[in-house]
This record gives sequence, structure tokens and C-alpha cells, in this order.
Amino acid sequence: MHKSLTSIAARFTLYMILIVLAIAFVMPIYVMIVNSLKPLDEIRNGNLMALPIAWTIEPWQMAWSKAQIGVEATGLKPYFINSFLLVIPAVIISTLIGALNGYILTQFKFRFSEVLFASMLFSVFIPYQIVLIPMAKTLGVLGLAGTVKGLIFVNSVYGIGFTTLFFRNYYAAFPNELVRSARMDGAGFFGVLGRILLPNSAPIIVVTVIWQFTNIWNEFLFGASFSDFTSYPLTVALNNLVNSSTGVKEYNVHFAGAFIAAIPTLVVYLVSGKYFVRGLMAGSVKG
Amino acid sequence: MKAGWLPKLLITPSALLVLVCVYGYIMFTTYLSFTSSTILPVLQWEGNAAYKRLFNLENWDVSLANLWVFASLYIVIAMIAGLAMAILIDQKVRLESGFRSIFLYPMALSFIVTGTAWKWLLDPGVGLEHTLHTWGWTDFSFGWIKSSEMAIYCVVIAAVWQTTGFVMAMFLAGLRGVDNEQVNAARLDGAKTWQIYLYVIVPQLGPVFISVFVILAHMAIKSYDLVIALTNGGPGRSTWLPSVFMYQYTFTRNEMAVGAASSVLMLLGISVVVLPYLYSELRKAKHA
Repeated sequence: MHKSLTSIAARFTLYMILIVLAIAFVMPIYVMIVNSLKPLDEIRNGNLMALPIAWTIEPWQMAWSKAQIGVEATGLKPYFINSFLLVIPAVIISTLIGALNGYILTQFKFRFSEVLFASMLFSVFIPYQIVLIPMAKTLGVLGLAGTVKGLIFVNSVYGIGFTTLFFRNYYAAFPNELVRSARMDGAGFFGVLGRILLPNSAPIIVVTVIWQFTNIWNEFLFGASFSDFTSYPLTVALNNLVNSSTGVKEYNVHFAGAFIAAIPTLVVYLVSGKYFVRGLMAGSVKG
Repeated sequence: MKAGWLPKLLITPSALLVLVCVYGYIMFTTYLSFTSSTILPVLQWEGNAAYKRLFNLENWDVSLANLWVFASLYIVIAMIAGLAMAILIDQKVRLESGFRSIFLYPMALSFIVTGTAWKWLLDPGVGLEHTLHTWGWTDFSFGWIKSSEMAIYCVVIAAVWQTTGFVMAMFLAGLRGVDNEQVNAARLDGAKTWQIYLYVIVPQLGPVFISVFVILAHMAIKSYDLVIALTNGGPGRSTWLPSVFMYQYTFTRNEMAVGAASSVLMLLGISVVVLPYLYSELRKAKHA
């Protein structure tokens, strides 16, 4: 088919707009990276868009292991570790609970099951400010205040709504014949779950794990409310690094710190963006 | 299958946790908002004193006014930009998935990371203003983040940057589900592309608009991390939102009853938006 000049011009404009938008979206991460590799005076006297003249990894070393965050100048390293110690168990626990709940809510009929699901669903929307005071008290009573364990508990509890939603919707669309024939062959409660459902759940497990990992890694409010110097997650430590520094503002160190905090979720996104988007969609279109 | 004792037993812990840690805590916090709690929770009933005090506080007025400005701009801009980007990407673009990934990656970042990056980008001393000065545009001035009048718009900028790609993805999914027959019919009738979008396609996206609105509205009311990282509520209290107010009054100013009352109002605000939506979604699912 012959392409008219106007349609070529339209295509050109389309791509120009998309490229400009793409630049605008990449710009903050570009700024973070280039400026984390510059000495401080190059930021003050130069500009944020320029590549470094004297490349240096010192801001990264500062942010990682030398900057003053808690009482001691430890850098972000211990908090990076805290975040992993928090995220791994919380993701595993909330995902397992979600799988179990999804299975029970779709394969069995019992009173109040719909009310229960609706209550779990609404819990993902609540502003967590409404639970902060009693949760602080509960953690105190349980002896978990100011600990990573406490944060694991909190993030697992408030993750149940999402993980249950994901698995329930997935299992609701699961072919019933498979479950029925397994039952005919004598599979019990755990047989159906372990031999039929879970082996066929890889996609939803990946979606749930990525969703929970990203959410909990990026979580700030619970971390700021329930942790102390020893148990800060990385987001809280980063915020302290950037906002409570007195004297000279070390922009390059702040950018390096911000990028360090972004790396794990960015890697997950780059490796499995498809599943991340699926989680976003599943988390947004409820019911 | 009718549930025996085992499934009921195994779902009980989750049910109890949600019952206690969500609904029990909501009731407890609501009760506290009717007490005289200050630094610690006390159970002495005080009626609506905390609400009266809350409504007389200028800090609350500022927080609400900010939320109104922030939420309306954030929702409208993210929606329009997200829809526009979805339509652009829907034009059989080469490297479509590449563009989509670029527009969506901010959703994978923490608001603390986003806030830190934008804090210095918007800072007139080192950020965009300074950069344009060194490029020779010396009259360029962009100091919103330092101005108590304009700083709230900086929160809008960063929030829009973070979520527009997500809105785009939702609209794109909607666009791909549009009935092709009507589109082809309109094309045969000689309709131009923009007319097809305006009169045929976009009107079919009603449900997506509602979903996007509910999600953005509830995110706006919950917004906290971004404000803390970007402006820390400042300059002064000029970028306080109800979430910041709640934290300040509960944990810094030791007025727990007032803090609790503000969180109850946040929950009410979100419920007004979310409950009708959830109700209709669950009904739809049931009848499907």
C-alpha cells in the first residue's frame, strides 16, 4: 500500500513524542546514576545532566558502608541486610497463606466464606494509619517492638489480603475436572493442593512473590513506626540518610544510596516485568 | 464441595488475624478517637472532644486543603496522561514493549527513592534550575519546592511521574479489549482515527476509568512516604497531608486521640470511594 506523506509525518511525530516521554521517564534514574559517580563539587559547580569528569565510586562506598545513619557510621549495608531478613520470610509466609486461602475459598463451601473474602479484600485498601496505634501496642506486648521479626509479622498480616486475592482468582479459573478426578482417585485435602493445584500454580506464585517482594521492600510507614536503629529497613535508613544529615548536603552520596535501595526491585522488574505488570493488573481489578 | 473440619480449621488463623488486626484495630482506634488519650492510650470516654479539637486545628485545615489540591491534580493529570500514552502506544508502535517497560519502571521503585531523586532534581540550587542556568538559560527559575505556596505541586509532579505508567498499562489493557467490529464499522463509514477514539473507543472504557479513579484516589489519600522523602511536609507545614498530620499528632505531639480521629477520617474518605466499587465488583463477579 502506498503511504502518504501525511501518514509518514504522523508516524514521525508519534515516535518523537514517545521518545521525549521515554527520556522524561528515564531522566531521574539517569540523574541518580551519573551523579552518584561524581565528586560533590562537580554537582555544585556543574549540572545534574552532565557525565562525570572525574569518575569516582567514593559516594557508593560512603553510602554503602561509611555514612552516618544510626548511632554509628555504618552506611546502608546493615539496613540492606535488614530489608532482606524482613522481605524473604514475609514474602514466603504471606504467599503460602495466600495459596492456602485461595484453595479453601474456591474449592470448599462454608458459611461466611464470601463475607470473609470481602473482608480480606477491603483490608488491602485501608490506610495503615488506622492500625498503627493498636499494632504498636500489640508488638510491645508480644516483645516484638523494634525488631525485624515484628516487621515480618506486620507485613505478613497486611499482605494476606493481596495474596489471597491473587490465588483465589487464579484457582477460581482452574479447570474443575482436574480437581474432581484427583478426588475420585482418593486425593485428600493436601493431595489436591500439593499434587494438582500447586504444581500448576507457577505463574501466580511468581506474580505473588514479585508483588509482595516489591511492596515489602519499598514499604516505609510500618518500618518508620515499628523499628529502631537495629532493625530499620532500608527505606527508613535511606530517608534518615537524606533528610537528617546536618551540615554539607552530600548529594552524590544520597543518589548512590537511593540507587542502592532501588537495585533489588529494579532487577526484579527487569528480569520479570511481565509478571510484575500482571500483579499490578490483578491487584487493581478486584473481585 | 462442602467444607469439612480441615479447611475450616486451616482458614481460621487467617480469618482471626484479619478480624483482629484489621477490623478489631479499626474499632480500637475509632474508640481511642473518643477518649482523652495523649501519649499513651487511655480508655476514658470523652465523647467527640478530639474531633472538635481536630476541626479547630489550622494544621488539619492545611492538610485537608493540600489533600484536595494534590488528589484532584494527581488523579486528573495521571488519568489524562496515562490514557494519552496508552493511545499513542496502541498505534502499532515498534519496540512497544520497550516503551511500556520504560513508562512503567517507576512503579517498581520505593516512594522514598523517587522522593529523594525528585527532591534534588527540583531543588533550585543543584537541580533543573541550576542545570538550565549552566546551559545558558540564566533567567530560568523553578523554585517551587522552596515555596510554601507551590511545594504541593512538586508532590504532584513526583507522584504523577511514578504512577502514570501504571495508569497507561490499565488503559492499554482496556483498549485491547475494545469491540473491534464497531471500530471497523466506524472506519468504513470514513471516521478519522481521532474520531474513532473519541466517539467509539473511549466511551467503552468506562469501567477502566472507574478502576483507575478508585485506585488513584485511594493512593492519594494514603500518600505519605513520598511527601516525607520529598519535602518532609515542608516548607513549614505547607505540604502536610492527613497522613502526615496523623503521624505528627500521634507520635510527635502526643495527642493520640486527635491522631486517631484523623486516621478515622482517612478511613472514612477511602471507604466512600472504595466500598461502592468493591460492592459492585463482587456482585459482578458473582453474576458472571
